[in-house]
Amino acid sequence: MTGVNSFSVSGYGPARAGWTRIFARDSLARRLDWPMMLAALALSLLGSLLVYSATRNRTEINQGDQYYFLIRHLMNTGIGLALMIGTVWVGHRQLRNAVPILYGLSVLGILAVLTPLGATINGSRNWIVFGGGFSLQPAEFVKITIILGMAMILAARVDAGDKPYPDHRTVLQSLGLAAVPILVVLLMPDLGTVLVLVTIILGVLLASGASNRWIFGLLTAGVLGCVAIWQLHILDQYQINRFAAFANPSLDPAGVGYNTNQARIAIGSGGLTGAGLFHGSQTTGQFVPEQQTDFVFTVAGEELGFVGAGLIILLLGVVLWRACRIARETTELYGTIVAAGIVAWFAFQAFENIGMTLGIMPVTGLPLPFVSYGGSSMFAVWVAVGLLQSIRVQRPMSA
Amino acid sequence: MTNIPETGRTPRVQIRLVVIQILVLSLLGTLGGRLWYLQIREGAAYQKEASGNHVQQVVAPAVRGSILDARGVPIADNETRLVVSASRTDLLKQKDDGKAVLTKLAGVLGMKPADVMQKVRLCDAKTPQPCWNGSPYQPIPITDKATAKQALQIRERSEDFPGITAEPEAVRRYPAPGKSNTAQVLGYLSPVTDDEIEQAKDTNSPYLRSDMVGRSGLEREYDKELRGKAGVTRYEVDNLGRVIGKAKSDAAEPGSNLVTSIDSRVQRVAEYELENAMKVARQQYDKITQENYKADSGAVVVMEAKTGRIVAMASAPNYDPNVWVGGISAKDYKALTGKNSDYPLLNRAIQGQAAPGSTFKVVSTAAAVQAGYVWDGGYPCTSSYSVGGQVFKNFEGENFGPISLGRALEVSCDTVFYGLADREWKKDGGINPKKGEPKDWFFKTAHQFGLGKETGIDLPNEVTGRVPDRQWKLDYWKANKDAWCKSGKKDGTYVEKIEYENCLEGNKMREGDEINYSIGQGDTLVTPIQEAMIYGAVANGGTEYQPTIGKAVISADGKTVQEIKPKVLRKLPVSQATLKGMDEAFAGVITRGTAAWKFGGWPQDKIALHGKTGTAEVYGKQTTSWLATYSKDYTVIMTIAQAGTGSGASGEAVRNIYSALYGVQADGSVDKSKALLYTPQQGLPKVRTDGTIASPKVSKDPAKDFQASQQDKNNTDNGQTPAATTASPSTGNRTTRRRPRKRGSRRMLT
Repeated sequence: MTGVNSFSVSGYGPARAGWTRIFARDSLARRLDWPMMLAALALSLLGSLLVYSATRNRTEINQGDQYYFLIRHLMNTGIGLALMIGTVWVGHRQLRNAVPILYGLSVLGILAVLTPLGATINGSRNWIVFGGGFSLQPAEFVKITIILGMAMILAARVDAGDKPYPDHRTVLQSLGLAAVPILVVLLMPDLGTVLVLVTIILGVLLASGASNRWIFGLLTAGVLGCVAIWQLHILDQYQINRFAAFANPSLDPAGVGYNTNQARIAIGSGGLTGAGLFHGSQTTGQFVPEQQTDFVFTVAGEELGFVGAGLIILLLGVVLWRACRIARETTELYGTIVAAGIVAWFAFQAFENIGMTLGIMPVTGLPLPFVSYGGSSMFAVWVAVGLLQSIRVQRPMSA
Repeated sequence: MTNIPETGRTPRVQIRLVVIQILVLSLLGTLGGRLWYLQIREGAAYQKEASGNHVQQVVAPAVRGSILDARGVPIADNETRLVVSASRTDLLKQKDDGKAVLTKLAGVLGMKPADVMQKVRLCDAKTPQPCWNGSPYQPIPITDKATAKQALQIRERSEDFPGITAEPEAVRRYPAPGKSNTAQVLGYLSPVTDDEIEQAKDTNSPYLRSDMVGRSGLEREYDKELRGKAGVTRYEVDNLGRVIGKAKSDAAEPGSNLVTSIDSRVQRVAEYELENAMKVARQQYDKITQENYKADSGAVVVMEAKTGRIVAMASAPNYDPNVWVGGISAKDYKALTGKNSDYPLLNRAIQGQAAPGSTFKVVSTAAAVQAGYVWDGGYPCTSSYSVGGQVFKNFEGENFGPISLGRALEVSCDTVFYGLADREWKKDGGINPKKGEPKDWFFKTAHQFGLGKETGIDLPNEVTGRVPDRQWKLDYWKANKDAWCKSGKKDGTYVEKIEYENCLEGNKMREGDEINYSIGQGDTLVTPIQEAMIYGAVANGGTEYQPTIGKAVISADGKTVQEIKPKVLRKLPVSQATLKGMDEAFAGVITRGTAAWKFGGWPQDKIALHGKTGTAEVYGKQTTSWLATYSKDYTVIMTIAQAGTGSGASGEAVRNIYSALYGVQADGSVDKSKALLYTPQQGLPKVRTDGTIASPKVSKDPAKDFQASQQDKNNTDNGQTPAATTASPSTGNRTTRRRPRKRGSRRMLT
């Protein structure tokens, strides 16, 4: 397949060869959103340093090789980049045809987690462990397939020009599509992912132009859902404790409040410029748990200070700002919905992840996009970047 | 289609996208703001908290300094015990948290594995003893009684015992050289309390949780010097306590050694003689109470007369100070302090106080001279002295006619002092003196002698004694009049009558009070150390020195020596001529006076002894015996409660102490080679740079050696109670001086 499609992008002259062709006006490379891509790449590379700092002395998990996590993080980033390029190559519109298959695969994946194939890590059963130290979190990919699936259903008739907005039936259909994986994830239970998925649905519905009633209805349902979860004791004790510790961080500082307390000490002690990379005593002393994954932001806070941690927020801001622009600039609703879903996903996950290390959000197990160590998450976010790039590259040129 | 603008975008979607964008950017702004708040505004506080997270202290305790006697013989030092300890941080690094290692260790030490595990667990609210309540970074002692073989097993196979050490460590020991005990003078140690740690936190010598603190005696008085400074190494640690770097290190500074003026041989002799005198007294029949003397407590002080340095200080009953080492058991503690104990922790030489009896006449004589009475005047020594129908009898009812003050002192004539005190009382205005009028020579002189307040000896918790002057009487009356007036009866029992009188005029100095006081009876209280200070001053020509035990503080390497110089407290308010008269009178006490029957055959021409006996009344108890003596160099004071007369109870014992000091043989010859301390110890023992101390050997029991040397010459067969049957010829006046007296009458003793 090629990047060429029905909305021809190279209709301005004869085909040119080689580098000239790649960097020619209106060429694929020229039309990519470079600021977003560079910001995402910078986040991944910065992440590799932070992951390295957090793991180089942790002999009990790095198999005696201080570069173990660094190398794997860089490999993950490389694979992510490849996946992004592949996604752009295929194009989001072409993927539209494969959405039912991808959706089915991802739902099967999360169902498999609940079978004996799955493994429980940190209280959540959301891993599939393959041999050879390779494991996968299918829930990460569900984020993508829900976005694609809902966008497909919601945009179908609008993009066909039949209707200005998706009607109630389509909205119901799309919600039904989203509900299945959400229920499965709830059973894991992976509360963090559920929250991300709900936020995605909200973003998707907003961007689809669905009636305001759906938006408010969904918000109300969300609140009622929370009450129901609480009342029906679906949450495990550790999850309740996390919320309790969030409400009152001084509660049991050696127990459930420990993570948040130590995380805040690590970040707070960083000051303006930090202790210097590899010089953070909280990090070296491994006072913050899960520091290469969920709490990777604390390494930045302690060792790079306000400057470095602020840079991460700024880079995330660049990615989100460009993604918002892509959502606004494309004229097809399908692309708009996909872009908005990704924005909702990245924004919520970044806010929740950084927010919990700063003590303004309760602790949930969500990785920081691009920065945290973890293959599944890394692959998923780069595929999402690929989708955004594809939307930008393939957007119909306004006349 | 009609609603779709050219861009293919409906306004509703466009607006919502803008809303999403604003929402997203404001979320990121929130994160940035929070980040600024934590890192910039509150950063300093978090930095402080973070550093507290990572630094742990490991304390290397300082070796406590030794307490040495005057010749360098250690009387409190440290012994090395093999202590097996476990490092928690090393144990936790192992897969099973060190359980296998501890089990193996228990096998080597012959302990139960469960006991060993209990010792290394940390104390918290839910964990009962035994548990470790020190720092988890401190090696935790498992036993301090490991044998060399066990220690070797552990050290040779150190790879089998990761985290376990078997090191020799210093533990306090009271070696009791030559069987000397010295318990109350030395005091004892016990672990530091939380309050003390808190209080000393910001001083320049803070306590560590592992510290032992001196609780009484020299251990307490010189605690700061002896304690030294513990070494502290600060480590950076990770969240599991594993060391990731060394931050700061201060080496331990061992404590200084305290050189005392105690001579452990003389100390042993003094202790032995005191104990023996009490034993003998318990075999004597007290005709007043119709039972044997109880002789339940006593004290003896041997002091250098010219410096105030204490050569020996013993208090009976005593105890073994080693019971405190390694923590005292509840049972032992009760035996030392419980209601049924005889309070052996009390140092009765400084904490026991009693009426001084006739030993007080040294003060009354000086007072009389100060009041203007001439030394050689003829003062009537009648057999009794009557005041307002009350008859104050001379002790033995003897009548010596008009005599000088010196002779009155020598024969301990009570009536002379009654007369003088009575005249002064009348001169001072009688029962209702005008304000500011009383000269109170007798009370003033007592204060000038340093009575009624601490001598300031370098031991804690000294008591003051008491001079029952007008001020004291007033204060005492105010405190007690309600009780007196309630239970006092005019025609009741003896006690009720006294209370009745006290209620009426206990606030005033009554004639009888002052008469009583003049011979050291009534409410007067002195301590043995006060007597030693006063008689030492008479011996050295009138200078009162502050009694001291500490002679010098020498650093552990012997390089710095801080001498503790004798300190002059005051001069006696007595002229040299009067002192000379007193000196002669006190010599007369030994040669022909009240103590002569115990000092027959004493080589007075070679070693002149002086003394004064005293027998003090205690209501409801047997009399307290006092014997205050001095030679050119030494003052020896002995007192025994409930033991009869001064000379009877303590004469032999005090004589034996002098004999041991000067090497006086049973036949009266003086053998300087056998003398323990013919002249007071000069100079200080040498502490070598490696911390060892040059000290002479002390024989197994100097008291027994002394007994043996006395018996060799004499060939007597008195092994059981040698002191009681020393070969001093009896003067034969024993019976005449121990005449029975009627109970109930106011009797005055010498």
